[in-house]
Amino acid sequence: MTVFFQQLINGLSLGSIYALIALGYTMVYGIIKLINFAHGDIYMLGAYFGFLAITYLHVGFIPAILIAMAGSALVGVVIERIAYKPLRNATRIAALITAIGVSYFLESGTQKIMGTTPRSFPQVLNNEVYMIAGLRITTHQIVIFVTTILLMILLQFIVKRTKIGRAMRAVSTDANAARLMGINVDATISFTFAIGSALAGAAGVLVGIYYSSINPLMGMLPGVKAFIAAVFGGIGIIPGAMFGGFFIGICESIVTGYGGSLFKDAVVYVILIVILVIKPAGLLGKNVKEKV
Amino acid sequence: MLEIKDLNVHYGVIHALKDVSLVVNEKEIVSLIGANGAGKTTLLHTISGILKATSGEILFEGADLTKTKSKNIVLKGTTQVPEGRRIFPGLSVYENLLMGAYLRKDKAEIKKDLEKVYERFPILKERSSQDASTLSGGEQQMLAMGRALMAKPKILLLDEPSMGLAPILVKEIFKIIEDIHKQGTTVLLVEQNARMALSIADRAYVLENGKIVLSGTGKELSESEEIQKAYLGG
Repeated sequence: MTVFFQQLINGLSLGSIYALIALGYTMVYGIIKLINFAHGDIYMLGAYFGFLAITYLHVGFIPAILIAMAGSALVGVVIERIAYKPLRNATRIAALITAIGVSYFLESGTQKIMGTTPRSFPQVLNNEVYMIAGLRITTHQIVIFVTTILLMILLQFIVKRTKIGRAMRAVSTDANAARLMGINVDATISFTFAIGSALAGAAGVLVGIYYSSINPLMGMLPGVKAFIAAVFGGIGIIPGAMFGGFFIGICESIVTGYGGSLFKDAVVYVILIVILVIKPAGLLGKNVKEKV
Repeated sequence: MLEIKDLNVHYGVIHALKDVSLVVNEKEIVSLIGANGAGKTTLLHTISGILKATSGEILFEGADLTKTKSKNIVLKGTTQVPEGRRIFPGLSVYENLLMGAYLRKDKAEIKKDLEKVYERFPILKERSSQDASTLSGGEQQMLAMGRALMAKPKILLLDEPSMGLAPILVKEIFKIIEDIHKQGTTVLLVEQNARMALSIADRAYVLENGKIVLSGTGKELSESEEIQKAYLGG
């Protein structure tokens, strides 16, 4: 049983990372119905922004994560403006293929600039180990979990209680009706990309601290898993992405803990297949008929 | 107040509006009637800046709207209640109403106008925290109208407010339109329900296949033989 609870704790850290990335997938999908496959690479860039800030500006954890979030937000907005906005009225497959192209561009670009070898992420936080009832908890795990929860609360506040949050929800349900209210739809979409990308950037710094190593291709697998988390929870639904992220992270940890580390990725894909068969709209999703 | 001159609009290769000209004077209710697909909604969408005109002018208080962004069209005082109501599901009734006042900064005035909307539509106050998609069709129409009023429009563009509503509700909605008009808002009403639309209109236009084919006062048109045959089932 100790193994189970220990992996539950480990899974919460991993799940926090997936949840933060999944939120960006789900928000962008919610507003423009695009699976932004470059989103995992934004998370990678966030890790590099944090790395650069700590290495060259010698800042601590909090400024580093804020810089990474701001940098990622900016990149997210620029990508949307350059790559996706011209395709707003194109077929969805065209935008999807573009997203994959953007993903390769970001990966190769980072490899070109930062080199292909992994970098070690500077340790800005002391890692104390606490033993509680035979369970091992580290400072890093606590920081990751607490930061994630704070960001989620902030996100919920923005989406539910602010004017721009209302605009985001209005645009995601009916962009033309929103336009008739005078809402600047393009600015609202940019804002959504900024928020989603900032969350991924934060996740990048957190993972740098957790695993202390970063590389230009680190976004690929977590990107796919966070996407699965978003689909699992119901794509387009914010609480679904949070729940899905934690669920996938915990499952993966538990499988690893019971000696199945070779199968941990496979288990995630099996979860995806099962949810698509049983409840294709996702756990929190409603089956809605598409308007034609 | 609103003057449309020789407006042409295309949907790809389809010529949806052909040299449409019409005038709405201040304090008037003007109805635009026509069958499905005549181009009524296209006209309203072009006024609101959702669709782009190929040629022609839309003058609102002297300024051309054809090159103006939707946002500024709303700011100038033109608000639309779209066909099918298009309320925002997932947002509460209260939040939907706030969306109408999205561009306004005068918080105290917004609050007052919200109270006025609640006074006009008590059911909306009762359901203010409810998800808007749980409202009935008639309530949703009231919400869509309340939402538009929150923008403090000088001219209200109404697109098929009677669509899908029971006859008793249609009467109620038209009574509300007359009320809003009496309190000083100019109205351009687009309707398939020609009888009701002509009964409250000062003047009216008939749109057929993207062209204005007839115009006159509401009374003249409801008495015209052509209209009776084509639109009033008589």
